[in-house]
Order: sequence, then C-alpha cells, then structure tokens
Amino acid sequence: MAVRRLAIVPAYNEVGSVASVVREIHAVDAEFQIVVVDDGSTDETARLAAEAGARVIRLPFNLGIGGAVQTGYQYALEHGFDLAVQVDGDGQHDPGEIDALLEPILDGSADMAVGSRFIGDRHYRGTLSRRIGIRIFAALVSLIVRQRVTDTTSGFRAVNRLGIRLFAADYPHDYPEVEATVLVFRHRLRMVEVPVRMRERASGSSSITFARSIYYMFKVTLALFMGLFRRYPTPPEEVH
Amino acid sequence: MTPFRVSVVAAAAALILLAIILELIRSRRLQERYAILWLVTGSVMFVLAIWRGGLAKIADLAGIAYPPSALFVLVSLFILAVLLHYSTVISGLSDQSKILAQRLALLERELEESSGGERREADP
Repeated sequence: MAVRRLAIVPAYNEVGSVASVVREIHAVDAEFQIVVVDDGSTDETARLAAEAGARVIRLPFNLGIGGAVQTGYQYALEHGFDLAVQVDGDGQHDPGEIDALLEPILDGSADMAVGSRFIGDRHYRGTLSRRIGIRIFAALVSLIVRQRVTDTTSGFRAVNRLGIRLFAADYPHDYPEVEATVLVFRHRLRMVEVPVRMRERASGSSSITFARSIYYMFKVTLALFMGLFRRYPTPPEEVH
Repeated sequence: MTPFRVSVVAAAAALILLAIILELIRSRRLQERYAILWLVTGSVMFVLAIWRGGLAKIADLAGIAYPPSALFVLVSLFILAVLLHYSTVISGLSDQSKILAQRLALLERELEESSGGERREADP
C-alpha cells in the first residue's frame, strides 16, 4: 500500500512565500497532501495557499509556531497519514531536500528525521547571538539525549506515525524545536539528523528579535531541565 | 542590619516558594512562560535574604531605616509586576475566548444551514 504523506506548512503572514512553498512541494512529490496551518495571519496567506492547491486550516488567532504545527500533526493523525514532513511557510526550507529527509523514515531506520544546517556543507550564516544560542543548545541537548545533535532549532523535520501520534498529543509551546527533540528522546523514538541546505528567508523577518532571544534562552533552558524530571509515558506499541 | 532570624525566615520562605513553582512546572500545572516572573521574584527574595549587606545598602539608598522593610517593598514590587503581567494575560485570554465563541456560533449556524434542508429556503 502506498505511504500516505502529508506536508505540514505553518505560516504566519507569509504572503510572499507560502504559495511558492506549496507549489515546490507539489513539484517535488505530487503524492504529498499539503496542509497549510495559517496561524492567525492578518494578510492573504490563507487565500494564496488555497489557490496554490493546499488545504488550509485557519486558526482563529495566533497560537505561536508550537500550537500551529501541533494542529498539523493532529490533522495528520485524524486523517491516518503514515508520514508527515514539516516545512516552514517562510521559504527557508528547500522542498528539494524533502526526499533526503524522508529516506530514514521510509526505510524504517528512524522515527524522526531532522534537517540540519550544520552537518556536511556549512552554508548557514546567522547573527552571532543566534549562532551562539544554537551552539549552546546543541551541546546541552546532545548531553541530554546522549546522541550528537547539531541543529536543535531546525523546524525542517519528518516523522512516521509514532512521531505524528506523539506530537499530536504533546508538543511544546513558544519555541518548540529544542524541547521537541528531548521529548522524542524521552519517548524512546529514534531520531536522526540529515544534512540539508537551508535558504535565506524568502520574505518576512525572523520571529526572534534580540530581546526575545534572552527570553528564549531562559525559557527553553528551564523547559529542558524541567523535562528531565518529568515522567513521560512510554510510546504506544506499534510495528515499524 | 537585618536581624538574623528575619534573614533565615525570609530565605526559607523564598526557598519554599521556589520549590513550589518548580514542582508546579514539573507537573505541568504551570507553563514555563508564566513561571519565569515568579522564579525571578523568588530568586530576588532569596538573594536579598541571604545577602544582608546588599539589603542594608539598598535600604540605605532608598532612605529606609529598617532593612527588612526594604525587602518587603522590593518583593511587593515584584508581586505588582506579576499581577500586571497577569492582567495582560487575562486581557489576551478574554479576547481569544470572545473570538472562539464567535467562530463557534458562526460555524454552528453554517452547520445548521448545510444540514437542515428546509431552513435553506429562508435564505435569499
């Protein structure tokens, strides 16, 4: 039986890029169903996404990236998808890399594959504070999950049904990627990083400003340490 | 100088507060984003309870004769900040619940219109 694939595209005021992201995903793999989660945009994001051929879920107000993405996973769970890949609506994730991301999921060697900017070809340039933050969290998370993780802030990821089920039930708020990595580990799902190239944002600006990055560091660190003391349920038994 | 017993009691109270906050986060009854201001409050309270010289200096700067009063004032300010923060959070929540109620009502109406055939005739 064919593997049912869903692309989850969170988008908040991304008129400049969401339509091309949708078209590019379709161009890469026509089998993909695409759901754009419009996180309370005040512009034409939803209309443009629908015109480009995506199904659009419009959230009644802005939930933040965590809540938006989780809505996509809930959609995936309810509609029985076997695999979901997350692609940002701002265009920084290159749909051309989706195939590489799917490989470990399709051959059953991992439950979650994360696209990393830092393995292999190092092309990424961000602001200094951003790069330092990424480094610190990479070290911290690697320590916690006892596996080398290079790109903890990457939202370019693919999961199988175990991952879909986990994220539909439990997904962190605010800046979710770092915590989600630890969550996956605590539920004993297998994670692998795949080298990908990311692009400059096609439009809009990063949601993380300098003042926010202080809050971000503090909040995520707190959440990481709290996560260590939580008892998570073991993952549901399922044949891979 | 702050009486020693006051310092001990204040430090103990701060530690208990911090422990309660952390346990609430761990058991998921308190989200990290709403806990941060509380954690800062508890930490400031603890530091000033322990660091008696610092508290005396702050009291002196503010013209407060009795240092424990300075601790009291500072902690009160932080609690004010927490309350103000909560007021903004509540405002956001009430906006959101209004939007949810409106969306739900509109959806229900739409559902009625699409399922009940006879009601459709009322539409132009």
